[in-house]
Amino acid sequence: MALLEINGLGKTYGEGDGATRAIGDVSFSLDEREFVCVVGPSGCGKTTLLKCMSGLLEPTDGQVLLRGERVAGPPESMALVFQEYSRSLLPWMSVRGNVVMPLRHKKLDKAEATRLVEEAVDAVGLTEFIDRYPWQLSGGMQQRVAIARALAYQPEILLMDEPFASVDAQTRGDLEDLILQVRDRYDMTILFVTHDIDESVYLSDRIVVLSPSPTEVREILDVSLPHPRDQVETKELQDFARLRAHVYRLIKRRQEGAEEPVPAA
Amino acid sequence: MKPRTRRIAELAVEIAVPLMILAAIFAWTASTPTFYFPPLSDVFERFGNTWLFERFGSDAWPSLRRMFLGYAIAVVVAVAAGVALGSSPTLRRATAPIVEFLRSIPPPALIPFAIVVIGIGDDMKVFIIAFVCLWPVLLNTIDGINGIDPTLKDTARVYGISGRDKLLRVTLPAASPQIFAGMRLSLSLALILMVISEMVASTNGIGFFVLQSQRSFAIPEMWSGILLLGILGYLFNLAFLIIERRVLAWHRGARASTLG
Repeated sequence: MALLEINGLGKTYGEGDGATRAIGDVSFSLDEREFVCVVGPSGCGKTTLLKCMSGLLEPTDGQVLLRGERVAGPPESMALVFQEYSRSLLPWMSVRGNVVMPLRHKKLDKAEATRLVEEAVDAVGLTEFIDRYPWQLSGGMQQRVAIARALAYQPEILLMDEPFASVDAQTRGDLEDLILQVRDRYDMTILFVTHDIDESVYLSDRIVVLSPSPTEVREILDVSLPHPRDQVETKELQDFARLRAHVYRLIKRRQEGAEEPVPAA
Repeated sequence: MKPRTRRIAELAVEIAVPLMILAAIFAWTASTPTFYFPPLSDVFERFGNTWLFERFGSDAWPSLRRMFLGYAIAVVVAVAAGVALGSSPTLRRATAPIVEFLRSIPPPALIPFAIVVIGIGDDMKVFIIAFVCLWPVLLNTIDGINGIDPTLKDTARVYGISGRDKLLRVTLPAASPQIFAGMRLSLSLALILMVISEMVASTNGIGFFVLQSQRSFAIPEMWSGILLLGILGYLFNLAFLIIERRVLAWHRGARASTLG
């Protein structure tokens, strides 16, 4: 059985004449320890899809199944990293406070919670900044805090909503490598939403390519690039270029075919 | 100029100008004293005799007690009600006209009503002070709660943060900059209403003392009471700012980092 299954998921905002169909019909699944990227043109309802998957939004049609159980609200075994790190972190708490916050209701003993927090902060390389406040850190470091918070929560599935879209290109490369390392260390399943084609090919085991809104699955591709991945070597591979071009065409073609052209990101 | 030198220069101006004005008033009232503007030295002398500390216990203390009791009640009630109204659009819509109406009543107009219903004792004054202090805190709390970033709310939901933890560690801190803005406004209103309520019906208090002194033509005493009220208002505001700077240090830091 798949760890997470999305079955005929659809989402309509509003009712009657003013209704907008954001997601048409999306089905795919995640196996344990998989790294799946969902990639699509800008404004294709990726965030809506992710919110439905995480239980933050109720889908209009279809369902999300976690180990065969319907997701009706945010499950304990899921964590979500938002794109807007500065709005998702609590500026009145230190890095430590932010990371420990979701553990408070988990009934862990203090030593165990401290261990989880320190391990997570270590995994993202921020140990020496643990007593700083988020706003004292750079954007990339703030997103690392958000990742550490998700890690300490010990989810089975980590959902990430364009997490590196607001940081500069070099930091982005570093964070991509960080998330691959973290995934090995924590043995997690990751669903990563992005509009960056290179990023999706570089990170994933499988790519789900979406169409513009109302969103449907265009194609699901296996990415059999060797591990561990490397920013230079992996991106020099023939297979990388081939996959990248393929995904690019899929997204481009859909955009040109759409009634209203969606501006490229 | 180096920043340090500049800071010292600014501070010197800040201190020197009020001292010069004080010296000018001192010289003017000493050279041409009138009945209504007695020599400043007389005012200071009465101030010392009256407030340090002969009538402090009998007049200043009751005033301060009323003011802070009324203020504290207002803040607690307003924050609690503000959280409820800020979280529920339906409740907010239902209560908006009532809130707008009640806050539009000039509070001194309620004093006659309060005297009839509650009497002329401390309770009436505490009620009037609490009533006037309620609205700025309430409206700011509603605004603050209502304006919490949706991403922050989603974050709390995803990580299962709810109940007390959410209220004390997410919701209230997120709204605290606005809550503090309301509390600061209310603090000056509390002082004003304290004086007014004591002038209308009272047997003690600083407001009562000022009015009583004027009626018995004890003009230097009257001035000493006004001076005390000014000093108190200044000190309250200063203390409030110091507390606010500490509590909202994160807010200034976060704002500076996003603007910079």
